[in-house]
Amino acid sequence: MQFKELVTEKLKNQFSDSIVEVTDFRDDLSVLIKKEKIVEVAKFLKDDGDLQFAMCKDITAIDWATRKKRFTIVYQIFSLRNNFNLRIKANLDEEPWQIESVTSVWPGANWYERETYDMYGVIFSNHPDLRRMYMPEGFQYHPLRKDFPVLGIPGSLPLPKVIK
Amino acid sequence: MGLEAKLNKDGFVTTTLDAIIAWARKSSVWPMPMGISCCAIEMISAADPKYDLARFGSEVMRFTPRQCDLMIVAGTVTYKMAQVVRRIYDQMPEPKWVIAMGACTSSGGMYRSYNVVQGIDQFLPVDVYTAGCPPRPENLINAVMTIQQKISKTKARDFQDIPLLNLETAKN
Repeated sequence: MQFKELVTEKLKNQFSDSIVEVTDFRDDLSVLIKKEKIVEVAKFLKDDGDLQFAMCKDITAIDWATRKKRFTIVYQIFSLRNNFNLRIKANLDEEPWQIESVTSVWPGANWYERETYDMYGVIFSNHPDLRRMYMPEGFQYHPLRKDFPVLGIPGSLPLPKVIK
Repeated sequence: MGLEAKLNKDGFVTTTLDAIIAWARKSSVWPMPMGISCCAIEMISAADPKYDLARFGSEVMRFTPRQCDLMIVAGTVTYKMAQVVRRIYDQMPEPKWVIAMGACTSSGGMYRSYNVVQGIDQFLPVDVYTAGCPPRPENLINAVMTIQQKISKTKARDFQDIPLLNLETAKN
């Protein structure tokens, strides 16, 4: 059995009711799950002896702008043991845009979640230190949202006073 | 310059105090290398033996603002970095000059974006703008020479100590 099938089967056995969709596009396996189950799925994928997805490579979000389920959170994880990349996705369906933090599973997710919070305004609950990553403290907006203008909002970022 | 010949003959030269002070100032412009991104590499090249900024008395890159006359802002200035650039500028003693090196510092350049200041003249008094992305070392040297021309026109009294604090109002 290929590893890809093993992952799919194990996930479907363990979380039969919370796996929404499994897609395999151009050799990229991607699993859409219910957002409530994210920590459980993450813990399972990391701790399972055969899978061992020990590394969280990236966490980001997609802003679909007009869809009702506006945000999709994307987790790129990697199994060093099996040299395999897996993508987990979870849709956020209602305000407040919120999902459980996976820092308890992968401590390295800390800054990825901070970055996603900074850029998209998605709140990761139970995150140890959810501050902005790039934008200055006190900034009101989340720049990578689709409704944020490319040139920013005038006056939202303070500049030093002009001399003379 | 022919100065040696003159000194041999007469033993003295006549000049004005303004001229000699301006001459001394322009011949030893010490830059503050505010190298924020890729322009900094060209700024380093300008100081290396091939281009040799030392010919113009500007080879002494000082990494403390308290010893500098000229700030070369070399690189993209974000809104977050603007506060730092300005703080360093404020620590430089008067008289001081600013070169906006490259497209980013002059106008935001290709970063027409929410996080990049669209031209550092929004918060700094810029003396010379340099075109290029990044500008070649010759271009930076040309900017330094333009600064020298600008300095040579100054008078000593232009830079008399201006108290930063108005003591009368500070008392109240």
